[in-house]
Amino acid sequence: MALTPEQIESIAHLARLKLNETEIPAYRRSLSSILEFVGELNAAATQDVAPMAHPLPGLTQRMRPDEVAETDRRELYQANAPQVEAGLYLVPKVIE
Amino acid sequence: MSLHGKTLAELAAGLRAKEFSSVELAQTYLRRIEASQPELNAFVSVTEEQALAAARVADAALGAGKAGPLTGLPIAHKDIFCTEGVRTTCGSRMLDNFVAPYDATVVAKLKAAGTVMLGKTNMDEFAMGSSNETSYFGPVRNPWNPSLVPGGSSGGSAAAVAARLAPAATGTDTGGSIRQPAALVGITGIKPTYGRVSRYGMIAFASSLDQAGVLTASAHDAALLLGAMAGFDPRDSTSVDAPVQDYAGELEKPLTGLRIGLLKEFFDKGLDAHNEQRVREALAVYEKLGATLCEVSLPNLPLSVPAYYVVAPAECSSNLARFDGVRYGYRCENPRDLMDLYKRSRGEGFGAEVKRRIMTGTYVLSAGYYDAYYLQAQKVRQLIAQDFSNAFKQVDVLMGPTTPTTAFELGAKTSDPVTMYLNDIYTIGANLAGLPAMSVPCGFVGGLPVGLQIMGPHFAEAKLLNVAHGLQRETDWHRRIPPGYEK
Repeated sequence: MALTPEQIESIAHLARLKLNETEIPAYRRSLSSILEFVGELNAAATQDVAPMAHPLPGLTQRMRPDEVAETDRRELYQANAPQVEAGLYLVPKVIE
Repeated sequence: MSLHGKTLAELAAGLRAKEFSSVELAQTYLRRIEASQPELNAFVSVTEEQALAAARVADAALGAGKAGPLTGLPIAHKDIFCTEGVRTTCGSRMLDNFVAPYDATVVAKLKAAGTVMLGKTNMDEFAMGSSNETSYFGPVRNPWNPSLVPGGSSGGSAAAVAARLAPAATGTDTGGSIRQPAALVGITGIKPTYGRVSRYGMIAFASSLDQAGVLTASAHDAALLLGAMAGFDPRDSTSVDAPVQDYAGELEKPLTGLRIGLLKEFFDKGLDAHNEQRVREALAVYEKLGATLCEVSLPNLPLSVPAYYVVAPAECSSNLARFDGVRYGYRCENPRDLMDLYKRSRGEGFGAEVKRRIMTGTYVLSAGYYDAYYLQAQKVRQLIAQDFSNAFKQVDVLMGPTTPTTAFELGAKTSDPVTMYLNDIYTIGANLAGLPAMSVPCGFVGGLPVGLQIMGPHFAEAKLLNVAHGLQRETDWHRRIPPGYEK
């Protein structure tokens, strides 16, 4: 199935990706061919099959007690941030 | 024999016998890395100062008789593992300036075992690729022929070990990213069972498939390193709390009576006839060692690539949502508003293949398409896992080729993503089913290495390493070094 340029723009918006004009036709082609390829899955008879929930049979995600385990390392972590001030992450103004 | 011609196990013995020091060893490999970099581009960062400091500490421990089995041995880490105080890029512009504030559990464990980190290896961006051509830092080249790819995504680790720029390296395998490059450069690589090695501090791609492992010259080396990496980690919710087998201790077990299943679907059309011949020669070695061969069919296996290219992009679209240009990583210039900041930071920070996979994943998870794609893929995944578990009722291990052909030219498969995806046709099944699998060198075609793949049931790492070691006692393919890197 072929995706439309509008569908590509809508997917890119959902994924929060800015695409330039030349990228849209390229992704339209490659995503359409990927979706056609994965469409082969429809050939499998899966009526009575439970979807896999965990790669190891019988196992699920482990829970842990809700206790403080880590110490505050804000300064160290914020050293990687593009813009911080007074211990806060800065972003463009959200509320007018 | 030259230092770089030795295996990890031989280097460990040499350190203990004081034939050379850990500092000398680190210097040898650092020089080799520097000389190789213009041709191979296997490293993103070289950590010379830290390496020499760690080697001096190791030499002191060796001198004081306080050394463990891995003390003083140099290794390289794939740049997907966080390394405290050292740039960790994941092959992406997004993390070009990211200095990890902590060590991944794998890195911490190998550090505690006394290994010496030489640097961080190049890789496909966010581990998404099969040729190492998607790296923001340029492609890695195959040491057997620099016009060819080394495979991916652990292409830098693979090229480094093949060219003996490091005796061993860590890697990760989501759809074949350890085994496929190991095969294409002629070394040994193992992807353990899902949950066997901690994923804490390993930058996530597809969390139900990702697993860390090692790339080494020999199965013996892989056993030594994996033994130090594996084990329960409370910081990874998928880590399995089961005892780690004595991998090195099981290596010499005889292979008499071993039941080997040949994967019928892997010897089908698509497999190069010369590659098939090398694989069959390795199978004949196992027969000579007392193993029995039988053909096994996994009827749903041909659907593994399409199932993977729904599940992996879906999980990647969710995992990579964390890169928002706010807390760490790349941020665009002069954002107009918050939406513009998100979209341009991500649009400019990610490369083409990563964006393609994020969009594929976003689409298959979106309202109205989830059942047709994602749910159907997870059902097919269940069928593939059942096929494997039925096969392991009849045989101890499954064998087949690791890749359909030897290494291909740079640029040969970049124009069509589906063609590139099909390169992982033999490796993806093990990831979908969470099984351990490895690749070992089994000969050459036209001067290029061929890999034999060995798969086992969950937590059969000791058996796989034992089986791989059996072949390496009878053959010397794993001892071959690319002609330009012998000296």
